[in-house]
Amino acid sequence: MSRSAHIQFILNGQLHQVEPVDTHQTLLQYLRGQAALRGTKEGCAEGDCGACTLVVGELSGNKIVYRALNACILLLAQIDGCEVISVEGVQDKDGGLHPVQQALVDFHGSQCGFCTPGFVMSLYAHYRNGRPADRESLKTALAGNLCRCTGYGPILAAGQAMYNYQQPEVMDTVSLLREIANNELVLHVADDDNQLFAPTNESELQQLLQQYPTATLWAGGTDAGLWITKRLARLPTIIMLGKIAELNFVRQTSAGIHMGAMARYVDVCDILATEWPAFGEVIRRTGSVQVRNAGTLGGNIANGSPIGDMAPVLIALGAKLTLAKQGSTREILLEDFFVAYGQQDLGPGEYVRSIFIPTGSAQLATWKISKRFDQDISAVLGAFCFSLAGGRITELRIAYGGMAATPKRALATEAVLLGQVPSEEILATATLSLAEDFTPISDMRASSSYRMQSAQALLRKTFSASHVYLAKTGAADA
Amino acid sequence: MRELTQETGKPTAHDSALGHVTGQAIYVDDMPELPGTLHLAFGRSERAHAKITALDLSEVRAASGVVAVFCAEDIAGKNDVSPVAGDDPLFADGTVIYHGQALFVVAATTKQIARKAARLVKINYQDLPAILSITDARAANTQLEPAQEMRRGDASGQITNAAHKVKGKLATGAQDHFYLEGQIAYAIPGEAGQLLVHSSTQHPSEVQSGVAHVLGVAANQITVEVRRMGGGFGGKETQALFIAAAAALVADQTGRPAKLCMDRDDDMAMTGKRHGFEMQYHVGFDDSGRMCGAKLDLASDCGCSMDLSAAINDRAMFHADNAYFLPAVTICSQRFRTNKVSATAFRGFGGPQGMMLIERVMDHIADHLGLDPLEVRQCNFYGPERDITPYGQQVKDFEIPALVDELAQTSAYGERLQQIKKWNAAHPMSKRGIALTPVKFGISFTTTFLNQAGALVHVYRDGSIAVNHGGTEMGQGLFIKVAQVVADVFGVPVDMVQISATRTDKVPNTSATAASSGSDLNGMAAAIAARSIRERLGEVAAVHFDCAPDEITFEGGKVSSPDGYLNFADLVEQAYLARRSLSSTGFYATPDIFYDRASHQGTPFFYYACGAAVCEVEVDMATGEARLLRVDILHSVGKSLNPAIDLGQIEGGFMQGLGWLTNEEVCFDDKGRLTTHAPSTYKIPTCSDRPDHFNIALFASTGGTVRTVNGSKAVGEPPLMLAIAAHSALRAAVTAAKPGAEFTELDAPATAETLLGALSAS
Repeated sequence: MSRSAHIQFILNGQLHQVEPVDTHQTLLQYLRGQAALRGTKEGCAEGDCGACTLVVGELSGNKIVYRALNACILLLAQIDGCEVISVEGVQDKDGGLHPVQQALVDFHGSQCGFCTPGFVMSLYAHYRNGRPADRESLKTALAGNLCRCTGYGPILAAGQAMYNYQQPEVMDTVSLLREIANNELVLHVADDDNQLFAPTNESELQQLLQQYPTATLWAGGTDAGLWITKRLARLPTIIMLGKIAELNFVRQTSAGIHMGAMARYVDVCDILATEWPAFGEVIRRTGSVQVRNAGTLGGNIANGSPIGDMAPVLIALGAKLTLAKQGSTREILLEDFFVAYGQQDLGPGEYVRSIFIPTGSAQLATWKISKRFDQDISAVLGAFCFSLAGGRITELRIAYGGMAATPKRALATEAVLLGQVPSEEILATATLSLAEDFTPISDMRASSSYRMQSAQALLRKTFSASHVYLAKTGAADA
Repeated sequence: MRELTQETGKPTAHDSALGHVTGQAIYVDDMPELPGTLHLAFGRSERAHAKITALDLSEVRAASGVVAVFCAEDIAGKNDVSPVAGDDPLFADGTVIYHGQALFVVAATTKQIARKAARLVKINYQDLPAILSITDARAANTQLEPAQEMRRGDASGQITNAAHKVKGKLATGAQDHFYLEGQIAYAIPGEAGQLLVHSSTQHPSEVQSGVAHVLGVAANQITVEVRRMGGGFGGKETQALFIAAAAALVADQTGRPAKLCMDRDDDMAMTGKRHGFEMQYHVGFDDSGRMCGAKLDLASDCGCSMDLSAAINDRAMFHADNAYFLPAVTICSQRFRTNKVSATAFRGFGGPQGMMLIERVMDHIADHLGLDPLEVRQCNFYGPERDITPYGQQVKDFEIPALVDELAQTSAYGERLQQIKKWNAAHPMSKRGIALTPVKFGISFTTTFLNQAGALVHVYRDGSIAVNHGGTEMGQGLFIKVAQVVADVFGVPVDMVQISATRTDKVPNTSATAASSGSDLNGMAAAIAARSIRERLGEVAAVHFDCAPDEITFEGGKVSSPDGYLNFADLVEQAYLARRSLSSTGFYATPDIFYDRASHQGTPFFYYACGAAVCEVEVDMATGEARLLRVDILHSVGKSLNPAIDLGQIEGGFMQGLGWLTNEEVCFDDKGRLTTHAPSTYKIPTCSDRPDHFNIALFASTGGTVRTVNGSKAVGEPPLMLAIAAHSALRAAVTAAKPGAEFTELDAPATAETLLGALSAS
């Protein structure tokens, strides 16, 4: 493996070459430190408030796709080969405000101003990608930016008006980016105690895992980033997966949908939402744009969280994983992957390569219960995959998140319902059997009893004709 | 003519808007760091209540990059950072009284090193019984001060004899401020022991005197500067001091600049929140729903120390009437000490909790009589012959009745109430509710002496103007409002007025920017300072034009006499050459207010700010999930100094109140550890929580009879309480699901879980 010790990226139009002194350094630390660009703020250092939002451009064919990301939990090494635009880089050559900035001024979209650079950048990404400026699109685009002063109305109004301003000239950075993006070298940076690798193909990854079987595999870092910023963990060996093109794919075949472990939420959202609208809705409510632009399906699964949103849906759909290590691969059902809290069926040197979801005629219903509608971790997530024939349930898989130490199927409940017409009596029995399947815990997200009550309610909502779908219909009359 | 050139009343953008959107506005953490700057982190208690039997800091000190560690024994002055009662140590000394309490501060070369090193401490605790709820506190009777009582007439007798009576209870939760900029201070040593402290605080004078006490030096050795905060909401009134004091201590002892930038989790665990309340009511009323007697009991969780709890709980009592006349009333308030972080000021300052209680009473009366709650509210409003509050203040210029009438009409409250009944009948699994609630909020610090402000105005030879005052900018638009006021005094465009950072060496002995009083007090003081300069300029102009000074006018950038005019800048230059002072201080003290706390009688408020809101909600009967569908607000700001700023305060205040009453749940575990210590677990509203149908209008107010700055009224806190309408509507929706049931109680925050609990309660 040929190696490079430099991280290269374009920041606000300028090429930066950095040899990091700390493998754990975040992009935010670099910006506010070495780069002395202090417009980007730290509000929470855990990717929840969006004050540190900036825009990262990546080559996609002949153009650059821009994504809003949280700089606070993005390791500097993750942007190797990318273009970064911070709030200091959005004005035109003559210092004129960008339309999103001018609109925020004109509509009084800032009060204390601390969250404002983050909103500017989320709106800027939206603008650069030519996304629609209707309220619903904007609410999705801004769900990851918290503002405590304005109440959001003026910011939404600014977003709606941003295309009414004269379009600014933008610097063409495609060729600049092409120069640094086609780097075939394995990034290898090291500080006094730790090292970080970013292999570019699976064989390199497998070699590295052979050498460092306990290394931390780094996908999007939307969860692992907090190990560094909050637990203050030092990870001796980090292997970044983001440059392995083989792991980032989405393919639909007659049998189903194949996705590489490094496919991000943003990469898979459309194809999954087209196949299963209810899956799309879960993804829309998973994290925020910034999180979905970084977070990967494989990461969400491999870290084994009992409250990750993907696992219950994928289990209900009968998804399978392909696990790989040097010299061997194997397939397992996702539901068998989660062994116990914090323990997955993943051997030394083994990693999640891909996920396969079989497609069929079964319907999917999903329900997410959280304190806040957007950008919240689920208290309970219920996923129901079923087929009906002549009113009877002929095929059924139910999985819940937040109800046990792992995402888990409700096997006892499935047994009650399978082959039955879901009458009120059957549903009553089925809801009771959920207590056989689960003994949920109480925590700050919900009490044990609420978790059970709402899990039961979700079952009823799915199968009982008398229920309306509030979360899905919003304000509309159902 | 005059209207054309006047700056007050214009929707001028925030003076820092450009800086905000470009990222060029500088917050404390953005200031260039001086060479040798140390970065600090606190070591925190891991127990809610315990004796410290051993504190071993050796590994902390030995960690690479650590320069110094300081704890209680290193404090030269007083180990106290409390605002009033002397009961908040900077560092716990021997005993810890809440989980997260500061034990020591680590100074290191980077903040990561400091934070990591702080976790290397070895502490032996001997646990003591921890009081973690009002229930525990009642049992142990840990009152911080004697229960306070406000009383008029024989409430019990009136209730006994009343045609109808109801009683009930209500709990409201704590709330984290969640200012986007965490607490921070940067202390820079000067010569001869002097210190400059950059602090993100609403109360620079208190930081100055507090730091001086901790260091054991005179106040004139300490200068505190605040350019802007990234949000405050009351959370940076008293809570900024301990951070600044730790930074100052390190700077003083090491001689190096010291910055303490709180990690969000530390900030949330270590700084105070809104008081949680548990309240009860017992009221008597007639067939129309008009109250004749009310007994209101308020108990609050003040946390581990006094902080501002006395004044906050007093304000809860002052607002337990809201807009309603209580002929015979007893309001009793108990303030309990618990082993949690000390509860503190938060937008509304106790008022919201008191108001929640009486609004619940209105709903209960209406439910009992089968009346529209709005009718019950209206028949209890203050009015002629019914205009004295329980604390003896006469309610003047009362805008609520007209304002509520107008809002009921513009929001189509009545028609929608009927539509909702039909909608609910057709939808068994989801219910809607609507409510209209008013807000009457008393304006002034109830501690009368705090109602004073100073300002300093300079006019430079080129005609540009610099204004400094004691108020701090936290996003509320105070600086632009004061600049507009000063611009009008001189008759110049607002861009000729520069407002600079608040500094204790420019304007001394200031009160906190709090109690919604910022523009009332500082606007007045700045206007007074500006007028005294204008008077001198007028005299110079009178000599120039050979006319009487009172014939001179300042308008449109010109100074005019009957015979001609001078450009403002030219007159200023003439005044300079004539050796006239172009600088002045200004001082303002709110007139006509007084309060006797012993009897809880007086006129504590200069005036009342009023508004009202209508909210409509929908609740899912199966899961308790709820959505706010529509909001209509009509709010009075008197004659607005800046309608854009005021509308921003109204919407932002409403949404913050909505968070308090719906999604924002502060949770502690059974060890007293805060479990909602970051935005991953503590959920303030996002933009999708704001309904698209959201109308805000300013009430066409005459400004009333009191003399405020240009007839304007305070707007900082009152709109927060407009969100009570949302909670009331949620309760109405739950009630719609339970026809014929007992009156439904609903606590706050009304999370989905709480709503489902209320739905399931028999």
